[in-house]
Amino acid sequence: MKVAITVNGQETTADVEPRLLLVHYLRDVLGLKATNIGCDTTSCGACTVLLDGESVKSCTVLAAQADGSSVTTLEGLSSGPDDLHPVAAAFRAEHGLQCGFCTPGMVMAAVGLLSENPKPTEREVRDGLEGNLCRCTGYHNIVRAVIAASGQDPDEVTGTSLRPGVERSPAGGVAAAPGFSTGGAE
Amino acid sequence: MIPVGFEYVRATSVDEAISLLVEHGEEATLLAGGHSLLPVMKLRLAAPEVLIDIGRLSELSYIRVEGDEIAIGAGTKHRALEASELLAKECPLLPAAAHTVGDPQVRHRGTIGGSLAHGDPASDLPAAVLALGGTIVLRSPRGQRTVPITGFYTGVFSTVRDPDEVIVEVRVPRTGGAGWAYEKFVRRANDWAIVAVAVVDGRIGLANMGPTPLRASAAEAALADGASIEEAAALADQATDPVSDVPATAEYRRHLARVLTKRALTTAAGAAG
Repeated sequence: MKVAITVNGQETTADVEPRLLLVHYLRDVLGLKATNIGCDTTSCGACTVLLDGESVKSCTVLAAQADGSSVTTLEGLSSGPDDLHPVAAAFRAEHGLQCGFCTPGMVMAAVGLLSENPKPTEREVRDGLEGNLCRCTGYHNIVRAVIAASGQDPDEVTGTSLRPGVERSPAGGVAAAPGFSTGGAE
Repeated sequence: MIPVGFEYVRATSVDEAISLLVEHGEEATLLAGGHSLLPVMKLRLAAPEVLIDIGRLSELSYIRVEGDEIAIGAGTKHRALEASELLAKECPLLPAAAHTVGDPQVRHRGTIGGSLAHGDPASDLPAAVLALGGTIVLRSPRGQRTVPITGFYTGVFSTVRDPDEVIVEVRVPRTGGAGWAYEKFVRRANDWAIVAVAVVDGRIGLANMGPTPLRASAAEAALADGASIEEAAALADQATDPVSDVPATAEYRRHLARVLTKRALTTAAGAAG
């Protein structure tokens, strides 16, 4: 079947099998390899892209379902290494990555999160990135990066509020997490 | 993982989807968000020959007040339930339960109709709709019928939906200021409930305590007879049939049902007003 998907602002078309997954369309048909395949079971979030502005796991979307839609991948986020998107820049500034495998999905999920909640609390960031796993367990700086990308100071944002009654929250914030230094005076 | 090959058709209306279901019979399966169907197809546990995509039908995506009820289009995504100001005011249990489904990416795709149709006993929304006493509206070539959720499930992953029927709407009561709570127990982020308990207005729905979502009828009756929360919660696992599997034994699930029911009833009592 023929699909037409706008990817990173460019119209793309291809004749594909209906069973082709969106992530394979991006990687194998278009050659856009920033989007990683991690678990391939909708769990890890490494394949997260924006579909019509919302974060989705592209291993669980058919290219056919995206026909007529607009997709943004990490490649489409920044115009170049010297002009990074604010979220990508914040990941660099806060060292929000270790091995880097989860990073494209983590950044796209963060972009989606901030579009829905521009000034999240720390708890809301952790909740909003629930669908993205970092196998290095580098969450601390990832959360800081997302808070920084929202224009807030990661050393100040420790709010733990979600909608009342929805979820209980652990006490403390980034700065209060045991065993971590945020670089400030102890 | 690649699914077995299939034919893909995007329906442009519910009526067209029904015609396609009639045309292709049991070889066809409806595709909405695909977050239950595509994973099992990738594992090759399902291999439908035709997928009829109803995921883009705007006629199935709405949340509106109709009298004493709220009508929700079956194609309404979990994210829309979660973010609905109307539901937050009129039926707060539903957005709270929707918020616990999967993770944000899943909630951007999954739909309430798909979740109810799939019939996974560990799902959040069936237990919540059961506690709400909701109804499910199905459309077929024979017309439209309304099935109370108490009579919708027949077993694990099975419902009274006929192969040529489309779930078009879910109706739940406006619960307003009635006390409510949703308690879900998981060991990992974005996981299925090991057990979950939905409470609203004295009704208790249990997820993953049997092959279908269940009401904790004995606990509800005890509450109605004036029992304390502790006394009622101790009955929450009566007439349930939980499985033993990797995350939990049946006995542990029974324990969780009692503990989570106590927490939920306590929260609900505090939230009423």
